[in-house]
Amino acid sequence: MGWTRKDLLTIRELEPAEILTLIDTAASLEEIAGREIKKVPALRGKTVVNLFYENSTRTRTSFEIAGKWLSADVINFAASGSSAAKGESFVDTARNIAAMSPNVVVVRHSSSGAPALLARELSCAIVNAGDGAHEHPTQALLDLLTIRNKKGHFEGLSVAIVGDIAHSRVARSNIHGMKKLGMTVTVAGPPTLIPPYAQELGCKVSYRLEDAIRDVDVIMMLRLQQERMHAGLIPSLREYSRYWGLTLDRLAAHARPDVLIMHPGPVNRGVELSPEVADGPYSVILDQVAKGVAVRMAVLLLLAGGRSGEEK
Amino acid sequence: MTSRSSRLREKAEVLDASALDRALTRIAHEILERNGGAKDVTFVGLRTRGVTLAQRLAAKIAAIDGTTLPVGALDITLYRDDLNLRGAPVVRATDIPFSIKDKTVVLVDDVLFTGRTIRAALDALIDLGRPKMIQLAILVDRGHRELPIRPDYIGKNLPTSRREAVAVRLTEHDGEDRVVIGEPEEA
Repeated sequence: MGWTRKDLLTIRELEPAEILTLIDTAASLEEIAGREIKKVPALRGKTVVNLFYENSTRTRTSFEIAGKWLSADVINFAASGSSAAKGESFVDTARNIAAMSPNVVVVRHSSSGAPALLARELSCAIVNAGDGAHEHPTQALLDLLTIRNKKGHFEGLSVAIVGDIAHSRVARSNIHGMKKLGMTVTVAGPPTLIPPYAQELGCKVSYRLEDAIRDVDVIMMLRLQQERMHAGLIPSLREYSRYWGLTLDRLAAHARPDVLIMHPGPVNRGVELSPEVADGPYSVILDQVAKGVAVRMAVLLLLAGGRSGEEK
Repeated sequence: MTSRSSRLREKAEVLDASALDRALTRIAHEILERNGGAKDVTFVGLRTRGVTLAQRLAAKIAAIDGTTLPVGALDITLYRDDLNLRGAPVVRATDIPFSIKDKTVVLVDDVLFTGRTIRAALDALIDLGRPKMIQLAILVDRGHRELPIRPDYIGKNLPTSRREAVAVRLTEHDGEDRVVIGEPEEA
Protein backbone atom coordinates (compact mmCIF):
# COMPACT_ATOMS: atom_id res chain seq x y z
CA MET A 1 0.00 0.00 0.00
CA GLY A 2 1.28 3.45 -0.89
CA TRP A 3 1.85 6.05 1.80
CA THR A 4 -0.32 9.16 1.50
CA ARG A 5 -0.26 10.89 4.89
CA LYS A 6 1.41 14.22 5.52
CA ASP A 7 2.30 13.41 9.13
CA LEU A 8 2.93 10.50 11.48
CA LEU A 9 1.12 11.41 14.68
CA THR A 10 -0.34 8.23 16.15
CA ILE A 11 -0.52 4.50 15.57
CA ARG A 12 -4.18 4.69 16.49
CA GLU A 13 -5.17 6.46 13.28
CA LEU A 14 -3.23 4.14 10.96
CA GLU A 15 -4.74 1.31 8.95
CA PRO A 16 -3.04 -2.09 9.41
CA ALA A 17 -1.77 -1.83 5.81
CA GLU A 18 -0.14 1.53 6.57
CA ILE A 19 1.62 0.06 9.60
CA LEU A 20 2.89 -2.76 7.40
CA THR A 21 4.08 -0.29 4.75
CA LEU A 22 6.18 1.47 7.40
CA ILE A 23 7.54 -1.81 8.77
CA ASP A 24 8.29 -3.26 5.32
CA THR A 25 10.05 -0.07 4.25
CA ALA A 26 12.11 -0.14 7.45
CA ALA A 27 13.01 -3.79 6.85
CA SER A 28 14.22 -2.89 3.35
CA LEU A 29 16.38 -0.08 4.75
CA GLU A 30 18.00 -2.15 7.52
CA GLU A 31 20.70 -3.30 5.13
CA ILE A 32 22.19 0.23 4.99
CA ALA A 33 23.46 -0.10 8.58
CA GLY A 34 25.73 -2.95 7.46
CA ARG A 35 27.32 -1.02 4.60
CA GLU A 36 30.79 0.36 4.61
CA ILE A 37 29.48 3.72 3.38
CA LYS A 38 26.28 4.30 5.30
CA LYS A 39 24.68 6.90 3.11
CA VAL A 40 22.13 6.92 0.33
CA PRO A 41 21.09 10.06 -1.56
CA ALA A 42 17.31 9.72 -1.17
CA LEU A 43 16.73 12.88 0.91
CA ARG A 44 19.49 15.05 -0.55
CA GLY A 45 18.55 18.69 -0.15
CA LYS A 46 15.81 17.96 2.39
CA THR A 47 15.91 19.37 5.90
CA VAL A 48 14.82 17.57 9.06
CA VAL A 49 14.45 19.54 12.30
CA ASN A 50 14.51 17.68 15.60
CA LEU A 51 12.41 19.80 17.96
CA PHE A 52 12.79 18.22 21.40
CA TYR A 53 11.10 19.72 24.45
CA GLU A 54 11.92 16.68 26.58
CA ASN A 55 15.15 14.85 27.23
CA SER A 56 15.94 12.02 24.93
CA THR A 57 19.10 10.22 23.90
CA ARG A 58 17.92 7.22 21.95
CA THR A 59 15.11 8.77 19.97
CA ARG A 60 16.81 12.02 19.04
CA THR A 61 20.09 10.35 18.09
CA SER A 62 18.21 7.72 16.17
CA PHE A 63 16.30 10.32 14.13
CA GLU A 64 19.52 12.22 13.57
CA ILE A 65 21.40 9.18 12.27
CA ALA A 66 18.40 8.15 10.17
CA GLY A 67 18.22 11.57 8.54
CA LYS A 68 21.96 11.69 7.91
CA TRP A 69 22.11 8.21 6.38
CA LEU A 70 19.43 9.37 3.96
CA SER A 71 21.53 12.49 3.15
CA ALA A 72 19.07 14.96 4.70
CA ASP A 73 20.39 17.95 6.61
CA VAL A 74 19.46 17.42 10.26
CA ILE A 75 19.19 20.28 12.70
CA ASN A 76 18.76 19.62 16.42
CA PHE A 77 16.76 22.07 18.43
CA ALA A 78 16.64 21.45 22.18
CA ALA A 79 14.26 23.56 24.23
CA SER A 80 16.83 24.30 26.89
CA GLY A 81 19.31 26.88 25.68
CA SER A 82 16.90 28.17 23.04
CA SER A 83 14.35 30.92 22.77
CA ALA A 84 11.81 28.57 24.40
CA ALA A 85 13.77 29.07 27.61
CA LYS A 86 13.21 32.83 27.15
CA GLY A 87 9.47 32.34 27.18
CA GLU A 88 8.62 31.99 23.50
CA SER A 89 5.46 29.93 23.06
CA PHE A 90 5.55 26.49 21.49
CA VAL A 91 3.60 27.53 18.39
CA ASP A 92 5.70 30.68 17.92
CA THR A 93 8.91 28.69 18.11
CA ALA A 94 7.53 26.20 15.66
CA ARG A 95 6.39 28.92 13.24
CA ASN A 96 9.84 30.43 13.33
CA ILE A 97 11.38 27.08 12.52
CA ALA A 98 8.81 26.55 9.78
CA ALA A 99 9.80 29.87 8.25
CA MET A 100 13.16 28.25 7.51
CA SER A 101 11.32 25.73 5.28
CA PRO A 102 12.17 22.34 6.75
CA ASN A 103 10.62 19.29 5.10
CA VAL A 104 10.08 17.39 8.32
CA VAL A 105 9.81 18.50 11.94
CA VAL A 106 10.26 15.73 14.52
CA VAL A 107 8.62 16.78 17.78
CA ARG A 108 8.86 15.51 21.32
CA HIS A 109 6.82 17.31 23.93
CA SER A 110 5.55 16.63 27.43
CA SER A 111 2.02 17.67 26.43
CA SER A 112 -0.18 15.14 24.70
CA GLY A 113 -1.38 16.49 21.36
CA ALA A 114 1.49 18.95 20.81
CA PRO A 115 2.52 17.27 17.51
CA ALA A 116 -1.09 17.27 16.30
CA LEU A 117 -1.27 21.00 17.01
CA LEU A 118 1.87 21.56 14.92
CA ALA A 119 0.52 19.36 12.14
CA ARG A 120 -2.47 21.70 11.85
CA GLU A 121 -0.35 24.85 12.06
CA LEU A 122 2.53 23.94 9.73
CA SER A 123 2.56 22.73 6.16
CA CYS A 124 5.66 20.54 6.53
CA ALA A 125 5.51 16.91 7.66
CA ILE A 126 5.32 16.38 11.43
CA VAL A 127 6.57 13.26 13.20
CA ASN A 128 5.48 12.56 16.75
CA ALA A 129 8.57 11.45 18.68
CA GLY A 130 6.60 11.09 21.90
CA ASP A 131 3.92 13.38 23.33
CA GLY A 132 3.10 13.22 27.03
CA ALA A 133 1.39 9.99 27.99
CA HIS A 134 -0.26 9.84 24.58
CA GLU A 135 1.70 8.08 21.82
CA HIS A 136 5.21 7.28 20.65
CA PRO A 137 4.55 5.79 17.21
CA THR A 138 8.13 5.21 16.04
CA GLN A 139 8.90 3.26 19.23
CA ALA A 140 5.91 0.98 18.59
CA LEU A 141 6.99 0.52 14.97
CA LEU A 142 10.49 -0.52 15.95
CA ASP A 143 9.09 -2.87 18.58
CA LEU A 144 6.83 -4.42 15.95
CA LEU A 145 9.70 -4.74 13.48
CA THR A 146 11.82 -6.45 16.18
CA ILE A 147 8.99 -8.87 16.96
CA ARG A 148 8.43 -9.75 13.30
CA ASN A 149 12.13 -10.18 12.78
CA LYS A 150 12.35 -12.70 15.63
CA LYS A 151 8.98 -14.43 15.30
CA GLY A 152 8.39 -14.17 11.56
CA HIS A 153 4.80 -12.94 11.78
CA PHE A 154 2.28 -11.02 13.92
CA GLU A 155 -1.05 -12.78 13.68
CA GLY A 156 -1.86 -14.82 16.77
CA LEU A 157 1.16 -13.77 18.87
CA SER A 158 0.58 -12.94 22.52
CA VAL A 159 2.31 -10.12 24.35
CA ALA A 160 2.47 -9.09 27.99
CA ILE A 161 3.19 -5.42 28.65
CA VAL A 162 4.28 -4.98 32.25
CA GLY A 163 4.69 -1.93 34.43
CA ASP A 164 3.41 1.62 34.42
CA ILE A 165 0.88 1.30 31.61
CA ALA A 166 -1.09 4.38 32.63
CA HIS A 167 1.71 6.87 32.03
CA SER A 168 3.31 5.09 29.11
CA ARG A 169 3.01 6.42 25.56
CA VAL A 170 5.07 3.42 24.45
CA ALA A 171 2.44 1.05 25.84
CA ARG A 172 -0.43 2.94 24.24
CA SER A 173 1.14 3.04 20.77
CA ASN A 174 2.11 -0.61 21.02
CA ILE A 175 -1.34 -1.71 22.17
CA HIS A 176 -2.94 0.03 19.17
CA GLY A 177 -0.43 -1.46 16.76
CA MET A 178 -0.50 -4.96 18.19
CA LYS A 179 -4.29 -5.15 18.25
CA LYS A 180 -4.49 -3.93 14.65
CA LEU A 181 -2.06 -6.63 13.56
CA GLY A 182 -3.95 -9.46 15.25
CA MET A 183 -1.94 -9.94 18.43
CA THR A 184 -3.29 -10.63 21.92
CA VAL A 185 -2.19 -8.12 24.54
CA THR A 186 -2.16 -8.54 28.32
CA VAL A 187 -1.29 -5.51 30.41
CA ALA A 188 0.01 -6.10 33.91
CA GLY A 189 1.03 -3.89 36.80
CA PRO A 190 -0.14 -2.54 40.13
CA PRO A 191 -3.82 -1.45 39.88
CA THR A 192 -2.81 2.20 40.33
CA LEU A 193 -0.78 2.03 37.11
CA ILE A 194 -3.35 0.25 34.91
CA PRO A 195 -5.44 2.75 32.93
CA PRO A 196 -9.17 2.33 32.31
CA TYR A 197 -8.60 2.41 28.55
CA ALA A 198 -6.79 -0.95 28.59
CA GLN A 199 -9.97 -2.99 28.66
CA GLU A 200 -11.74 -0.71 26.19
CA LEU A 201 -8.96 -1.49 23.72
CA GLY A 202 -9.47 -5.20 24.21
CA CYS A 203 -6.48 -5.95 26.45
CA LYS A 204 -6.55 -8.56 29.14
CA VAL A 205 -5.56 -7.16 32.53
CA SER A 206 -3.47 -9.02 35.06
CA TYR A 207 -2.37 -7.98 38.52
CA ARG A 208 0.22 -10.72 38.96
CA LEU A 209 3.46 -10.86 37.01
CA GLU A 210 3.60 -14.67 37.17
CA ASP A 211 0.18 -14.97 35.50
CA ALA A 212 0.87 -12.29 32.90
CA ILE A 213 4.07 -13.81 31.55
CA ARG A 214 2.82 -17.39 31.37
CA ASP A 215 2.79 -18.73 27.79
CA VAL A 216 3.25 -15.37 26.07
CA ASP A 217 5.52 -14.94 23.04
CA VAL A 218 6.79 -11.50 24.05
CA ILE A 219 7.26 -9.73 27.39
CA MET A 220 7.61 -5.98 27.15
CA MET A 221 8.83 -4.43 30.39
CA LEU A 222 8.28 -0.70 30.86
CA ARG A 223 10.53 1.67 32.73
CA LEU A 224 9.22 2.63 36.14
CA GLN A 225 9.48 6.39 36.31
CA GLN A 226 10.76 7.09 39.77
CA GLU A 227 8.49 10.09 40.20
CA ARG A 228 5.51 7.68 40.34
CA MET A 229 6.63 6.69 43.78
CA HIS A 230 6.53 10.28 44.99
CA ALA A 231 3.02 10.61 43.60
CA GLY A 232 1.96 7.79 45.92
CA LEU A 233 1.11 5.35 43.16
CA ILE A 234 3.46 2.68 44.46
CA PRO A 235 4.56 2.20 48.05
CA SER A 236 8.30 1.89 47.37
CA LEU A 237 10.76 0.94 44.67
CA ARG A 238 11.75 -2.08 46.69
CA GLU A 239 8.21 -3.35 46.88
CA TYR A 240 7.65 -2.68 43.19
CA SER A 241 10.78 -4.54 42.30
CA ARG A 242 9.83 -7.47 44.52
CA TYR A 243 6.43 -7.92 42.89
CA TRP A 244 7.05 -6.66 39.35
CA GLY A 245 10.75 -7.08 38.71
CA LEU A 246 11.55 -9.67 36.01
CA THR A 247 14.27 -12.01 37.28
CA LEU A 248 15.80 -15.15 35.81
CA ASP A 249 14.06 -17.28 38.45
CA ARG A 250 10.66 -15.91 37.51
CA LEU A 251 11.35 -16.31 33.81
CA ALA A 252 12.49 -19.91 34.24
CA ALA A 253 9.51 -20.77 36.41
CA HIS A 254 6.73 -19.15 34.40
CA ALA A 255 7.72 -18.05 30.88
CA ARG A 256 8.18 -19.99 27.68
CA PRO A 257 11.75 -20.89 26.74
CA ASP A 258 11.54 -18.92 23.47
CA VAL A 259 10.03 -15.74 24.94
CA LEU A 260 11.39 -12.37 23.80
CA ILE A 261 12.18 -9.75 26.45
CA MET A 262 11.80 -6.19 25.25
CA HIS A 263 12.28 -2.83 26.96
CA PRO A 264 12.00 0.62 25.39
CA GLY A 265 14.86 1.94 27.56
CA PRO A 266 16.36 3.44 29.56
CA VAL A 267 16.42 0.37 31.81
CA ASN A 268 16.33 0.73 35.60
CA ARG A 269 18.53 -2.24 36.32
CA GLY A 270 17.40 -4.07 39.41
CA VAL A 271 13.98 -2.40 39.39
CA GLU A 272 11.88 -3.70 36.51
CA LEU A 273 14.59 -5.92 35.01
CA SER A 274 17.37 -7.77 36.77
CA PRO A 275 20.72 -7.27 35.02
CA GLU A 276 20.94 -10.98 34.13
CA VAL A 277 17.65 -10.68 32.26
CA ALA A 278 18.49 -7.36 30.59
CA ASP A 279 21.75 -8.82 29.22
CA GLY A 280 20.51 -12.37 28.87
CA PRO A 281 19.81 -14.49 25.83
CA TYR A 282 16.08 -13.68 25.75
CA SER A 283 16.73 -9.95 25.66
CA VAL A 284 16.35 -8.14 22.33
CA ILE A 285 16.81 -4.66 23.83
CA LEU A 286 19.78 -3.76 21.63
CA ASP A 287 18.06 -5.19 18.54
CA GLN A 288 15.28 -2.73 19.30
CA VAL A 289 17.72 0.19 19.25
CA ALA A 290 19.24 -0.93 15.94
CA LYS A 291 15.80 -1.34 14.39
CA GLY A 292 14.99 2.16 15.62
CA VAL A 293 17.27 3.74 13.03
CA ALA A 294 15.72 1.72 10.19
CA VAL A 295 12.21 2.64 11.32
CA ARG A 296 13.05 6.33 11.51
CA MET A 297 14.65 6.19 8.07
CA ALA A 298 11.44 4.65 6.77
CA VAL A 299 9.32 7.36 8.38
CA LEU A 300 11.47 10.21 7.06
CA LEU A 301 11.65 8.65 3.61
CA LEU A 302 7.91 8.06 3.31
CA LEU A 303 7.07 11.54 4.58
CA ALA A 304 9.73 13.53 2.75
CA GLY A 305 10.92 11.24 -0.04
CA GLY A 306 8.12 11.89 -2.49
CA ARG A 307 6.76 14.99 -4.13
CA SER A 308 7.36 18.03 -1.99
CA GLY A 309 5.62 21.34 -1.60
CA GLU A 310 2.12 20.14 -2.35
CA GLU A 311 -0.61 18.05 -0.82
CA LYS A 312 0.35 14.43 -1.10
CA MET B 1 12.97 2.93 -17.01
CA THR B 2 10.55 0.31 -18.09
CA SER B 3 6.95 1.02 -18.81
CA ARG B 4 5.07 -1.82 -17.31
CA SER B 5 1.54 -0.57 -17.29
CA SER B 6 -0.81 -3.36 -16.41
CA ARG B 7 -3.44 -2.24 -18.89
CA LEU B 8 -1.67 -2.87 -22.13
CA ARG B 9 -3.27 -3.33 -25.50
CA GLU B 10 -0.97 -5.90 -27.00
CA LYS B 11 0.30 -5.07 -30.49
CA ALA B 12 2.87 -7.73 -31.15
CA GLU B 13 4.87 -10.50 -29.55
CA VAL B 14 8.54 -9.68 -29.71
CA LEU B 15 9.99 -12.81 -28.15
CA ASP B 16 8.30 -16.10 -27.36
CA ALA B 17 9.51 -18.51 -24.69
CA SER B 18 12.08 -20.27 -26.82
CA ALA B 19 13.41 -17.05 -28.39
CA LEU B 20 13.75 -15.55 -24.91
CA ASP B 21 15.65 -18.62 -23.74
CA ARG B 22 17.93 -18.54 -26.80
CA ALA B 23 18.69 -14.86 -26.20
CA LEU B 24 19.73 -15.61 -22.62
CA THR B 25 21.87 -18.56 -23.73
CA ARG B 26 23.63 -16.31 -26.23
CA ILE B 27 24.22 -13.61 -23.60
CA ALA B 28 25.63 -16.21 -21.19
CA HIS B 29 28.11 -17.31 -23.88
CA GLU B 30 29.01 -13.70 -24.66
CA ILE B 31 29.67 -12.98 -20.96
CA LEU B 32 32.06 -15.95 -20.80
CA GLU B 33 33.73 -14.97 -24.04
CA ARG B 34 34.16 -11.31 -23.16
CA ASN B 35 35.55 -12.05 -19.70
CA GLY B 36 37.70 -15.02 -20.70
CA GLY B 37 35.68 -17.35 -18.47
CA ALA B 38 33.64 -16.85 -15.32
CA LYS B 39 36.43 -15.93 -12.92
CA ASP B 40 35.57 -12.94 -10.69
CA VAL B 41 32.27 -12.37 -12.48
CA THR B 42 29.23 -11.58 -10.31
CA PHE B 43 25.64 -10.82 -11.24
CA VAL B 44 23.53 -8.01 -9.84
CA GLY B 45 19.94 -7.87 -11.03
CA LEU B 46 17.68 -4.86 -10.77
CA ARG B 47 14.49 -5.55 -8.91
CA THR B 48 12.28 -7.25 -9.83
CA ARG B 49 12.64 -8.92 -13.22
CA GLY B 50 16.32 -8.11 -13.60
CA VAL B 51 16.98 -10.35 -10.59
CA THR B 52 15.12 -13.23 -12.19
CA LEU B 53 17.01 -12.75 -15.45
CA ALA B 54 20.31 -12.61 -13.55
CA GLN B 55 19.46 -15.91 -11.84
CA ARG B 56 18.71 -17.49 -15.20
CA LEU B 57 21.98 -16.22 -16.68
CA ALA B 58 23.87 -17.61 -13.67
CA ALA B 59 22.14 -20.98 -14.16
CA LYS B 60 23.13 -20.98 -17.85
CA ILE B 61 26.74 -20.21 -17.01
CA ALA B 62 26.71 -22.98 -14.40
CA ALA B 63 25.46 -25.37 -17.10
CA ILE B 64 28.05 -24.25 -19.66
CA ASP B 65 31.07 -23.64 -17.49
CA GLY B 66 30.35 -25.47 -14.24
CA THR B 67 30.94 -22.28 -12.23
CA THR B 68 28.22 -21.06 -9.86
CA LEU B 69 28.32 -17.27 -9.88
CA PRO B 70 26.77 -15.21 -7.06
CA VAL B 71 23.60 -13.25 -7.82
CA GLY B 72 22.61 -10.10 -5.91
CA ALA B 73 19.49 -7.96 -6.01
CA LEU B 74 19.64 -4.19 -6.25
CA ASP B 75 16.80 -1.77 -5.53
CA ILE B 76 17.51 1.69 -6.91
CA THR B 77 14.60 3.60 -5.37
CA LEU B 78 16.86 5.55 -3.02
CA TYR B 79 18.99 6.68 -5.96
CA ARG B 80 16.27 7.76 -8.40
CA ASP B 81 16.58 11.22 -9.92
CA ASP B 82 12.80 11.61 -9.97
CA LEU B 83 11.98 10.86 -6.31
CA ASN B 84 10.73 14.43 -6.02
CA LEU B 85 8.31 14.01 -8.90
CA ARG B 86 6.53 10.97 -7.56
CA GLY B 87 4.42 9.90 -4.60
CA ALA B 88 5.92 8.35 -1.48
CA PRO B 89 8.66 5.93 -2.55
CA VAL B 90 8.23 2.16 -2.39
CA VAL B 91 11.54 0.67 -1.28
CA ARG B 92 12.46 -2.97 -1.64
CA ALA B 93 15.57 -4.40 -0.06
CA THR B 94 18.94 -4.41 -1.73
CA ASP B 95 20.45 -7.83 -1.09
CA ILE B 96 24.00 -8.33 -2.30
CA PRO B 97 25.46 -10.84 0.16
CA PHE B 98 28.95 -10.85 -1.37
CA SER B 99 31.69 -8.29 -1.92
CA ILE B 100 31.76 -6.63 -5.33
CA LYS B 101 35.17 -5.11 -4.67
CA ASP B 102 37.56 -5.85 -7.56
CA LYS B 103 34.94 -8.02 -9.27
CA THR B 104 33.40 -7.75 -12.70
CA VAL B 105 29.78 -6.96 -12.01
CA VAL B 106 27.28 -7.80 -14.72
CA LEU B 107 24.27 -5.58 -14.09
CA VAL B 108 21.09 -7.15 -15.43
CA ASP B 109 17.74 -5.53 -16.24
CA ASP B 110 14.82 -6.47 -18.44
CA VAL B 111 14.28 -3.32 -20.54
CA LEU B 112 16.66 -0.46 -21.30
CA PHE B 113 14.83 2.77 -22.13
CA THR B 114 15.99 6.25 -21.03
CA GLY B 115 19.02 4.93 -19.15
CA ARG B 116 18.08 6.75 -15.94
CA THR B 117 17.51 3.54 -13.99
CA ILE B 118 20.97 2.34 -14.98
CA ARG B 119 22.51 5.67 -13.96
CA ALA B 120 20.93 5.23 -10.52
CA ALA B 121 22.09 1.61 -10.38
CA LEU B 122 25.68 2.61 -11.16
CA ASP B 123 25.65 5.10 -8.28
CA ALA B 124 24.09 2.53 -5.95
CA LEU B 125 26.64 -0.15 -6.89
CA ILE B 126 29.62 2.11 -6.46
CA ASP B 127 28.38 3.07 -2.97
CA LEU B 128 28.59 -0.62 -2.09
CA GLY B 129 32.20 -1.07 -3.11
CA ARG B 130 34.57 -0.51 -6.00
CA PRO B 131 34.08 -3.13 -8.68
CA LYS B 132 36.86 -3.71 -11.20
CA MET B 133 34.38 -3.32 -14.01
CA ILE B 134 30.64 -3.01 -14.50
CA GLN B 135 29.00 -4.48 -17.60
CA LEU B 136 25.37 -4.13 -18.58
CA ALA B 137 23.16 -6.97 -19.81
CA ILE B 138 19.68 -6.12 -21.08
CA LEU B 139 16.99 -8.35 -22.46
CA VAL B 140 15.30 -5.68 -24.59
CA ASP B 141 16.87 -2.40 -25.69
CA ARG B 142 14.03 -0.17 -26.83
CA GLY B 143 16.03 2.99 -27.52
CA HIS B 144 15.19 6.61 -26.52
CA ARG B 145 18.26 7.07 -24.32
CA GLU B 146 18.44 10.29 -22.33
CA LEU B 147 21.90 9.57 -20.90
CA PRO B 148 25.15 8.31 -22.44
CA ILE B 149 24.62 4.68 -21.43
CA ARG B 150 25.05 1.64 -23.67
CA PRO B 151 24.57 -2.06 -22.90
CA ASP B 152 27.33 -4.65 -23.34
CA TYR B 153 24.95 -7.55 -23.91
CA ILE B 154 21.58 -7.20 -25.63
CA GLY B 155 18.93 -9.87 -26.01
CA LYS B 156 16.92 -7.99 -28.59
CA ASN B 157 17.09 -4.54 -30.15
CA LEU B 158 13.59 -3.22 -30.48
CA PRO B 159 12.85 0.15 -32.08
CA THR B 160 9.79 1.59 -30.34
CA SER B 161 7.89 4.82 -30.15
CA ARG B 162 7.85 6.59 -26.80
CA ARG B 163 4.14 5.98 -26.51
CA GLU B 164 4.54 2.26 -26.70
CA ALA B 165 5.27 0.04 -23.73
CA VAL B 166 7.40 -3.07 -23.59
CA ALA B 167 6.37 -5.79 -21.16
CA VAL B 168 8.80 -8.54 -20.24
CA ARG B 169 6.75 -11.37 -18.80
CA LEU B 170 8.58 -14.09 -16.90
CA THR B 171 7.20 -17.37 -15.60
CA GLU B 172 8.27 -16.63 -12.00
CA HIS B 173 6.18 -13.46 -11.90
CA ASP B 174 3.66 -13.62 -14.72
CA GLY B 175 3.18 -17.32 -15.41
CA GLU B 176 4.65 -17.20 -18.91
CA ASP B 177 7.87 -16.37 -20.73
CA ARG B 178 7.37 -13.78 -23.44
CA VAL B 179 8.04 -10.19 -24.39
CA VAL B 180 5.27 -8.12 -25.88
CA ILE B 181 4.97 -4.61 -27.20
CA GLY B 182 1.77 -2.71 -26.69
CA GLU B 183 0.09 0.60 -26.19
CA PRO B 184 -1.41 1.81 -22.96
CA GLU B 185 -5.14 1.38 -23.14
CA GLU B 186 -7.15 4.57 -23.39
CA ALA B 187 -8.99 5.27 -20.19
